[in-house]
Amino acid sequence: MVEVHLWSGLRSLTGGQQVVEVEAKTTGDLLRELVKLHPQLQAPIDAGVSIAIDGRVIASGLTEPIPVGSEIYLMQRLRGG
Amino acid sequence: MSKFHVSTTVNGDSVEYLCDPRETLLDCLRDKLNLTGAKEGCGTGDCGACSVSVDGRLVCSCLMLGVETDGKQIETVEGIADGDVLHPLQQKFIEHAALQCGICTPGILVAAKSLLEKNPNPTEEETRYWLAGNLCRCTGYDKIIRAVMETAEELREAS
Amino acid sequence: MALDDRKSEFTFVGTRPNRPDGLDKVTGRAKFGADMSAPGMLHGAILRSPHAHARIVKIDTSKAEAHKDVKAVVTRADFADVPFKPGLEGEFWNVLENVMAGEKALYDGHAVAAIAATSALAARDALKLIKVKYEVLPHVTDVDKAMASDAPVIREGAADYSVPEGMHPNVVRYHESGHGDVEAGFAEADLIIEDSFVTEATHQGYIEPHACLGMLGNDGKGELWCTTQGHWIAQKTCAALLGIETSQLRVTASEIGGGFGGKTTVFIEPVALALSRKANRPVKVVMTRSEVFRATGPTSSASMDIKIGMKKDGTISAAQGVFRLQGGAFPGAPGDMTAMCAFAPYNLTNVKQVGYDVMANRPKQAAYRAPGAPMGAFAVESVIDELCKKLELDPVDVRLKNAAYEGTKASYGPRYERIGLVETLEAAKAHPHYSAPLKPGQGRGISCGFWFNHGGETSVSLSLSEDGSAQLMVGTPDIGGSRASMALMAAEVLGIPYENIRVTIADTATLGYNDVSHGSRVTYASGLATIKAAKHAVEKLCERAAASWGIPTDAVKWENGCAVPSGPNAGDFDPRPLADITAHMGSTGGPISGHFEATPEGAGVSFGTHIVDAEVDPETGKTAITRYTVIQDAGKAIHPTYVEGQYQGGAAQGIGWALNEEYIYGEDGRLQNSIFLDYRIPVASDLPMIDTVIVEVPNPGHPFGVRGVGETGIVPPLAAIANAVSHAAGVRMRQLPMSPPRILAALKDNG
Repeated sequence: MVEVHLWSGLRSLTGGQQVVEVEAKTTGDLLRELVKLHPQLQAPIDAGVSIAIDGRVIASGLTEPIPVGSEIYLMQRLRGG
Repeated sequence: MSKFHVSTTVNGDSVEYLCDPRETLLDCLRDKLNLTGAKEGCGTGDCGACSVSVDGRLVCSCLMLGVETDGKQIETVEGIADGDVLHPLQQKFIEHAALQCGICTPGILVAAKSLLEKNPNPTEEETRYWLAGNLCRCTGYDKIIRAVMETAEELREAS
Repeated sequence: MALDDRKSEFTFVGTRPNRPDGLDKVTGRAKFGADMSAPGMLHGAILRSPHAHARIVKIDTSKAEAHKDVKAVVTRADFADVPFKPGLEGEFWNVLENVMAGEKALYDGHAVAAIAATSALAARDALKLIKVKYEVLPHVTDVDKAMASDAPVIREGAADYSVPEGMHPNVVRYHESGHGDVEAGFAEADLIIEDSFVTEATHQGYIEPHACLGMLGNDGKGELWCTTQGHWIAQKTCAALLGIETSQLRVTASEIGGGFGGKTTVFIEPVALALSRKANRPVKVVMTRSEVFRATGPTSSASMDIKIGMKKDGTISAAQGVFRLQGGAFPGAPGDMTAMCAFAPYNLTNVKQVGYDVMANRPKQAAYRAPGAPMGAFAVESVIDELCKKLELDPVDVRLKNAAYEGTKASYGPRYERIGLVETLEAAKAHPHYSAPLKPGQGRGISCGFWFNHGGETSVSLSLSEDGSAQLMVGTPDIGGSRASMALMAAEVLGIPYENIRVTIADTATLGYNDVSHGSRVTYASGLATIKAAKHAVEKLCERAAASWGIPTDAVKWENGCAVPSGPNAGDFDPRPLADITAHMGSTGGPISGHFEATPEGAGVSFGTHIVDAEVDPETGKTAITRYTVIQDAGKAIHPTYVEGQYQGGAAQGIGWALNEEYIYGEDGRLQNSIFLDYRIPVASDLPMIDTVIVEVPNPGHPFGVRGVGETGIVPPLAAIANAVSHAAGVRMRQLPMSPPRILAALKDNG
């Protein structure tokens, strides 16, 4: 199990929870599991999210491995100029 | 509207073209003579990307009509190098990375060459004011000013 | 990226050779967007709305179509609203709506119809023959007014899941993040400052207007030449908007005359293709400068409220910010990015940030160098400066005291990997600029800045020639000398001279998908891919050498451009140089190439610190920047001269944003300053030399340690200059640009 930290704006979609525990081996698993637990998270995920694994920001990849016990943050998808 | 016949000299070559009286010198250079070195950045004489020299005078070719250039001597960026030998300004711009995207470079080279012909020993301030009509959005001008001043110094030493 | 893959000793990387495209660029032979032509080519021109907000009742094109010089006229009906592929939705729909108006014109300059004619003059003249009947609607261009309850609604139903109930329909996205308890943090503060700030929209201001040459047949096959930061996104978007298959459109990127984020989407390209399809001839479209200002690019304008609490020793006890960004008549203003970046330089126990994306009757905002970050930094770093002044603390010391470092929990959530903010602040403190005396009437300002950087989809191919030279194909348009950096990185791996490598920006038919040249990603991602592709080729070179020696491949290593036997059982053979192996490659297994395709996910965030001196003339309100120093972490500078160029360019654009540049709208909702005379970007005589310090704290996510450098340089200037001007003028400046009239008004208000 890993703890996924959401940004606070998402609490309205998770019944107030800002940290969600999921079983996930990859970033793709993680997003699927989040939606299983909190279906309303589909909208922000569709709008675009990035995932930080121990500080390394995965902009869009769904196949990145998630080490056991890593610190996971969900972030809004980054855009550049 | 009928077109006008223009005979002129561009970079030492005699050329002729037919142009609409509304077409600018820049239009004629680019579209009729296929000399696309001069660029249109604004069309209002504010950016200097179209700088050329006409009878030794630095002008924005977007502000001059094609029909006005009959019998004149026009120099563009394509004529700055001497055969396969680059002008010292051209060489210095490459060495100093005085360009990033390069769209303003043709106009700046023409303008800088004109400066050095008139003033072989310009101060930084004089160089900056002379080039104030040539916009560059990439470099912050630092490397451009250094390249022009260093070229001036080398040309003075060589002469 | 594993650390054992990392390199720290270099032969080529870090040197400053001449750029490979230098000769083309100084002789006028480089081909930019408008420099291409084709046999039988027509010229396109676009009719634009003179109204900020209007229903399009009727478009009568009959007179134009009847004109002998006109070969095609298109309106929205000529685009693929209902394509054969999955319907246009989301951003594709927004781009289509922006490229050619549908039911409503949404801003002054919005395209409503286009013509292709036999000459540019004929096309421009024929636009007058198109009659459009408008029903003018109420408009709004200001961000705070667009959020007010009585604001005209630009589009119902544009808001997404994130917007709290009760907001005006023009508020289309909402972001909130942070950690800790800001109220508790404010209670601990010795001094709290709460203030509001405003920035106006600015334009990227690339000197090359948008230009393209398109050819599309009724067989669904097309060719497009255009100036763009990303030709694959142009390919994908144009194909979707025209209802053709992506692969049937081949897009070639011209040399690009500046982009800064503004050429990451399409405007005229689908129009040229639609005209071409109708006329069955190539069509060239080139924007005028006025069209560029009215219908492309600008940044968001912003209105922001900041509250920061500080203890007497300079520790920030709590920080919060509300950032309202106006992004034109479409969703997309980066209020979320502004919020996430604003406090990112600091190690904060209690922080909260809120961002709004708000629509108004202005052109669709486009990315501009670290989109969203400079405005937030302006507001936050101004308040920090004011706190330092009131508490009589040194502004660099206070930033060092609060600076984020490896392991700090970022204001946007995760912990930082290895970052270089502290190093930039220490370099600022040690820099002679920081301790130089100021003259009367001058002020000094500093600011930190943060940007995320990006990786993105990347594909690179490298092929070796028989004579031992190499061709490298990358897919990220070269905006500021990146071909030189790519060649340096390939030379480093292959061990052959920089000059022996020819780098080409490949077209969409030649290479796999590549994301846009944005997010400061080119030297990071295309560079990483270049290194990997070169290593792939080296593996094959080693295989060939091993086979020729009759030893296992793993008994061969690559050293200084040669295959050499390595290890106890390798045997004793003379090193084989690259050219010796390629000379025989045809008969030893065929051509040798290297490839790499991936989405690198280790861009690494970036920080900078700027020091600026400003002098304000109290008679005229004019500001002169008298000294400027940029200090930024590059991770590893591949070609240091072009890294300096990025720092200097970012600072110069920031100076323009801070002092002069702004979109000015009249009461009628029309843009008042759509030429360079009235929208004044910095000219040579406005600026001093811009000093640079390259800090190198290697990025763990790149084999050579590279961090992107393109964007971060525009984040600190707005605040650093505002701080310098505020000190020089003796009054806090809260609105950008700090143009002479605004400074005079502030001086007057201050008595």
